[in-house]
Amino acid sequence: MRKLSYREAIREAMVEEMARDEQVVVIGEDVGCYGGCFKVTPGLIERFGTRQVIETPVSEEGLVGVAVGAAMMGMRPIVEIMYGDFSTLAADPIINHAAKMSFMTAGQVSVPMVYRTPMGSGTGAAAQHTQSLEVLFTNVPGLKVIYAATPADAKGLLKSAVRDPGPVIFLEHKLYGTEDIVPEGEYTIPIGQADIKRQGTDVTIVTYGKTVFTAFEAAQILEDDEVSVELVDLRTLRPLDTATILASVRKTGRVVVVHEAPGFGGFAGEVIAQIVEDPATFAALRAPVARVCGKELPTPFNKTLEMQLPPSPHAIVDAVLALFPSAV
Amino acid sequence: MAIAFDRDRGMAMLSLMVRSRLFEQKVEALFSSHEMHGTTHLAIGQEAVHAGVSPALDPNDWIVTTHRCHGHTLAKGSSVEAMLAEFFGLSNGLAKGLGGSMHLLDLEHHNAGSSAVVGSGVALATGMALQLKRMDSPNLVVAFFGDGASNRGVVHESMNMASIWGLPVLFLCEHNLYGMSSCADEMVSVDSIAKRGVAYGIESSSVDGNDIEVVYAAVQDAAAYIHKEGKPYLLETKTYRFSGHSKNDQRVYRTREEERVWSQKDPIKILRDRMVSRGHLTEEEFKRLEVQEQAVLDDIAEHLIKQRHELTLDEAYSYMYADGGSR
Repeated sequence: MRKLSYREAIREAMVEEMARDEQVVVIGEDVGCYGGCFKVTPGLIERFGTRQVIETPVSEEGLVGVAVGAAMMGMRPIVEIMYGDFSTLAADPIINHAAKMSFMTAGQVSVPMVYRTPMGSGTGAAAQHTQSLEVLFTNVPGLKVIYAATPADAKGLLKSAVRDPGPVIFLEHKLYGTEDIVPEGEYTIPIGQADIKRQGTDVTIVTYGKTVFTAFEAAQILEDDEVSVELVDLRTLRPLDTATILASVRKTGRVVVVHEAPGFGGFAGEVIAQIVEDPATFAALRAPVARVCGKELPTPFNKTLEMQLPPSPHAIVDAVLALFPSAV
Repeated sequence: MAIAFDRDRGMAMLSLMVRSRLFEQKVEALFSSHEMHGTTHLAIGQEAVHAGVSPALDPNDWIVTTHRCHGHTLAKGSSVEAMLAEFFGLSNGLAKGLGGSMHLLDLEHHNAGSSAVVGSGVALATGMALQLKRMDSPNLVVAFFGDGASNRGVVHESMNMASIWGLPVLFLCEHNLYGMSSCADEMVSVDSIAKRGVAYGIESSSVDGNDIEVVYAAVQDAAAYIHKEGKPYLLETKTYRFSGHSKNDQRVYRTREEERVWSQKDPIKILRDRMVSRGHLTEEEFKRLEVQEQAVLDDIAEHLIKQRHELTLDEAYSYMYADGGSR
């Protein structure tokens, strides 16, 4: 079994898809000889040339709009935006155009575009390069939103995203060096399927993206407290695999939802609403639902402060233990 | 600069402008009587641009138009019935009633649709041209936009990219003097938007947008340049929107005197008078043309008003994802 880093897995998915279909084109700033801001694209322009790797000026709105237009004509662009924060600049072509194209044309025009961008803090890049803005996209009907944590999931889901006939938002965390086992050969992972990363019986932790690793750490700590954690990695935020969430919560009776984005108005609220709106799952709850999210604060530059922003393993442990009042 | 249409071409273009004018007036009447809902953006007064661009180009050239898109769509050859059905929200409309008057498209006639976010369609058109060039297509894309949209950042970004990549885009600025209520004299930094081409290394020119013979010739020249040089072109057509921005616009931002002066430059009147003086048209023939076009429109509208073929909500859901997939 071989291991690949997160960035290598993403790159391998792109290489395979670009080799399979010449309409798959990587578009973005500095994605050529520089290899992209987070070094995900090295080697692509050397192998595929400027026909399949298009470097653009600093024009996020324009380049994503161009990708939408090209996709309308048969290209399958993979757009790289170097920081998720710049999605604010690209919001018009994504939200007002790509997301609505199939609908507004009654299925006559589609936009088979993948929008890749990294989210999250921990890089010392201060408040404009560290946000977790997934809810910009999850509240927009017409978009699919993926946020894979592991290299293997990233590869399989990115390949599915490229082959999807509509626009797919593919969010990445910045632990690009994280290595893990990635299967050899051709495989895809369906969009819209959560994955149970760890089986357990006492409490369900639902999360996605970078905090999958944080939650995994918390689960290992909780083993010492003899609390068995089931870890549900959503992998896709929209369409949401509600069935897997509900089945797990019905089994454990307790749930903590975790993400790095601020909790107020965040995606955890949606997950919790899905849980409590389902009568059977609501009835199965043995404790109030809980969430552990990022601080309600722009990301501070100061490292000590920045490290306190995202959920820590211990914050998750505390939240889980609070669901077992009799045990305390 | 201008070309003189022969009789056949003149009749075709005059008919198209008359159809566009009467179409707009019909739509205005249907909105006033509340038989159509939503909003609408009429191009009365801008017919020389609406009718004069696409017929001057290859039928396989694409257009990306704007919220003010009715005339452009007619000029590409769309059926009046499918257009009006869309305005009524019917399932036999161009977008099955899901787009409405600001989102007309007709792929068969190479109309890729219109963005109602002013200026955003320019980026889409630029991307379409990128793919056309990649696929060695001989065709170009017309990116329509107005003086208001000319101030959008994405228009500047798109022009820069089209220039550095040598894309076959005809940036077609329909300068009608007003972005909604704001006059270009106060909102646009230059007296001619064509001047902005210089900043992007894009060849450009500015022409009288109320003279269809001028517009037609300028578009043909621009297309020839795009094909020969492998570069985009910016063509500004100066015209005037006789109608308000959208329905319920009382036009408080301009004077009736200004409107009267522009009405002397009515594009239909200009071509009509010219054809009469050339012996290509009689007043009677013109009257007959108007009567015929009006009768066709009235028939279609009357027929559609009685129809109630609308999509169900489930059918609407099925178009949200290109794979028809889950919500």
